[in-house]
Amino acid sequence: MKILLNNREEEFNADAMSIKEMLELKKFSFRMRIIKVNGRLIPKDKYESTYIHDGDNVLMIYLMSGG
Amino acid sequence: MRFSEIRDHLSQFRVGIAGAGGLGSNCAISLARSGVGTLVLSDFDVIEPANLNRQYYFASQIGMLKTVALKENITRINPDITVLAHTERLDSKNIPEIYAGCHVMVEAFDRDDMKEMLIETVLTTMPGIPVIVGSGLAGWGNSEAIRYRKIDDTIYICGDETTVAGEDLPPMAPRVGMVANMQANTVIEILMKRTRDYFHL
Repeated sequence: MKILLNNREEEFNADAMSIKEMLELKKFSFRMRIIKVNGRLIPKDKYESTYIHDGDNVLMIYLMSGG
Repeated sequence: MRFSEIRDHLSQFRVGIAGAGGLGSNCAISLARSGVGTLVLSDFDVIEPANLNRQYYFASQIGMLKTVALKENITRINPDITVLAHTERLDSKNIPEIYAGCHVMVEAFDRDDMKEMLIETVLTTMPGIPVIVGSGLAGWGNSEAIRYRKIDDTIYICGDETTVAGEDLPPMAPRVGMVANMQANTVIEILMKRTRDYFHL
């Protein structure tokens, strides 16, 4: 499947994968983030049960400590 | 547009600021100078000497609640601003109550988990209210890395989105002030686009 990840096309060797799987596969390391799929916020407790499919638009924002 | 017209327009709005540390205090002062009518502040901390390297407080205010001191400082600059100050610890339950009626939310926390909690809560419980996030501001120099990004109509990010504050990379006045003022600038940009019709919807 092909998805748009932070406005860049990414190809994965699967028809669908959970957000948790994608984070592991891409080795995204920062703990705190906001994820939107097709404009809809995915809360942290839904990372395992939310699946990404071909053509999805995934936005990921990292939150850095400091203020 | 003259400043008096801008100020009159901004006076109709209510802006929520979550946290009154480096980001929150500096952002609040800029919004108050610009004439945003009502500011809703929350913070449970008291001012410590270490805060004065970046936060909009004075040495004589050490030991005071940040919200009380910030209200005092805002009033000294612009007595026309209404300041509503809350001192309870923010969580996903009280955020929608404390910030009810706010037209824009400013995320001004220090800790990344609090930032995440606030953004998730605003996006899920305050539909349509934009949240302006500060992310990545530690250290000094590297001015060109600080940027503004509009994700969509509800999330705007200010900061370098890279640096993490820590013992060896402390947050300092110049970069914190840049991000805080970028957040204030974004709030004003959003509010200036809101026409009179907005209030009659």
